[in-house]
Amino acid sequence: MNKELIICDLHVSIDGSPILKGVNLDIKPGEVHALMGPNGSGKSTLSSVLMGHPAYEVTKGSITFGGEDLLDLAPEERARLGMFLAFQYPVAIPGVNVSKFLKSAADAIHPDGKVNATDFLKDLRANMAYLEMDAAFANRGLNEGFSGGEKKRMEILQMLTLKPHLAIMDETDSGLDIDALRVVSKGVNKLMDEPFSLLVITHYERILEYLKPKFLHILMDGRVVLSGGPELVKQLEEKGYDWVKEAAAKQQSAAV
Amino acid sequence: MAKLETDSKLVQDYAFGFTTEIEDDQIPMGLNEDIIRMISDKKNEPDWMRAFRLKAFRHWLTMTEPKWAFLDYPEIDFQDICYYSAPRKPGEGDDVDPELARTFERLGIPMNERDRLSGVAVDVVFDSVSVGTTHQELLEEKGIIFCSFSEAIQEHPDLVQQYMGMVVPYKDNYYAALNAAVFTDGSFCFIPKGVKCPVELSTYFRINAENTGQFERTLVICEEDAYCSYIEGCTAPARDTNQLHAAVVELVTLDRAEIKYSTVQNWFAGDEEGKGGIYNFVTKRGLCRGAHSKISWTQVEVGSAITWKYPSCILEGDHSTGEFYSVAFTNNRMQADTGTKMIHVGKNTSSTIISKGISAGKSDNSYRGLVQILPSADHAKNYSACDSMLVGPDCSANTFPYIESENDTAVVAHEATTSSISEDQLFYLRSRGISEEDAASLVVKGFCKEVFKKLPMEFSVEAVKLLELKLEGSIG
Repeated sequence: MNKELIICDLHVSIDGSPILKGVNLDIKPGEVHALMGPNGSGKSTLSSVLMGHPAYEVTKGSITFGGEDLLDLAPEERARLGMFLAFQYPVAIPGVNVSKFLKSAADAIHPDGKVNATDFLKDLRANMAYLEMDAAFANRGLNEGFSGGEKKRMEILQMLTLKPHLAIMDETDSGLDIDALRVVSKGVNKLMDEPFSLLVITHYERILEYLKPKFLHILMDGRVVLSGGPELVKQLEEKGYDWVKEAAAKQQSAAV
Repeated sequence: MAKLETDSKLVQDYAFGFTTEIEDDQIPMGLNEDIIRMISDKKNEPDWMRAFRLKAFRHWLTMTEPKWAFLDYPEIDFQDICYYSAPRKPGEGDDVDPELARTFERLGIPMNERDRLSGVAVDVVFDSVSVGTTHQELLEEKGIIFCSFSEAIQEHPDLVQQYMGMVVPYKDNYYAALNAAVFTDGSFCFIPKGVKCPVELSTYFRINAENTGQFERTLVICEEDAYCSYIEGCTAPARDTNQLHAAVVELVTLDRAEIKYSTVQNWFAGDEEGKGGIYNFVTKRGLCRGAHSKISWTQVEVGSAITWKYPSCILEGDHSTGEFYSVAFTNNRMQADTGTKMIHVGKNTSSTIISKGISAGKSDNSYRGLVQILPSADHAKNYSACDSMLVGPDCSANTFPYIESENDTAVVAHEATTSSISEDQLFYLRSRGISEEDAASLVVKGFCKEVFKKLPMEFSVEAVKLLELKLEGSIG
């Protein structure tokens, strides 16, 4: 199935104040896109809205995934279509055992409503080893007392378990040390063996060196103001967002 | 009186709400000295027992109903209750009345020895009387006494006289005095010196008859170095009138003995508008009389229209330990005021209180607890954690912790949190494909996990299922 994500003229408000003001983005299967932008530009709002967070109101525009209108679907239904969001700040769910939670999620995602328990455990152990995680994590409360780095690894472990068609990573690299970043990237790259598309939201160039996006977009004040290839990263690092504003203005006037 | 309309979802969900058609032996309604003598006659009691009842009744007449709890209910008319109701011919063991056997089969409690639950000895109390106790041979071999309270009065009068009222005197409180006057049955357990009870001891309480109160009394004694784990379960038919349940439970541990007491209380809670349901006024208290002894209360309270219940420990022996683990779930118009008292008397005594309250619907759920350190309790320690979770905007949660320390060497720590079931937690789980209802259920079960893991294994599975059932329809 062609799992293409198409975001068209998306307007989003929270508590009546507009955050996204006409976002357009198209991610085809197998593509890796990066989304950058200054704080407050709406990056995290976009990721929450893609996954269906009930606090946000879509006032205009559309999002489709593989031809399905996502705006009609609950978060769990989007997950079952193969979408995944790696959270910037994963919440703790005290007392909910990691392996039991992952099994419930894997069952819920699986078309038959159930995965084979033996295979599941085998995969879980293998994935944890691959992410260099202590096996004891499987029996801890979900994100309960986890460090920032442990939480991010847990997000990637979930991603490996659920094998989504499209993953959105919301600043997964923020606060990670070099080793953790390497492990996280290794985990994501493992998914690339299968048809898999990715939207990486980040402030930093470093993770992009690992994940090698072909497309880069810059979000400012609720709009994608500039899109390009990997070369944009270098320019951004050197010249900052003020340059983007000018470049965006030029691109726009050229289009007119 | 009419049974509740069965189209109410709540009543449908309450799988235990059926009535057993059985011929009852009932005494007239009302409460006076003649009624008490009548109960005593029915049970063919010795004079000392009758005297105890009458003394308690006369004292009760001088008392007034306590009003300090965070509960709101109409005045109870104690003359409008029947204080004794028993199946006319219950039968015993394999000869038990087939209608009764069917009832308990439906409740999942096989009564005959052939189908008995492995690892659990059960005493079954139906309305005012015990209708059978399983596993007798195995227990007798070990010298363990596990029988109905009525039987204990007849067969073990010395033990009953020695211990009854030791922990909860008849003067203790309004409902304890009432219970002492009119109690009809209950369970009696005695574990002699050095014996570790090899099976779970369990009592299943069932209220069936209408307009009947259930007043049971349970007494568990563990002598030196003895151990037992005791489980209590309760259900009642769904009726549109309120019924009164006022029990007394007394536990005594001597040196190095341990009692683990677990309850799953699932009395009928009334319908969505708060019509019907059990008024549950219970006094439960344990006395750690011996040094290094331990009493642990675990309760899962998911039923009753009104719950007024504070399982407590008096830590008299040096180095004795008291524990209280509680999950109290309220929904619709249910009201619960529950908690514990830990009274530290001996040196180096320690207590732990873990309370989890979950309120949904339009219910009120209060934790009320007292930690008291007496001057003699050098180096006493207490840790209390009381967490409340609100499900929905129309419910309330309250915490009333009282700490009274009269000894400077004591260490008392109290933590309390109140949280709503959070949108972010639900979103997180839902984004992994888990439905909203399952996500809420996961969060609540996780919240209660610390308490559930204290329950005996099979019981814990049951408690989780029960809570899931109760949560259905209260989310979203």
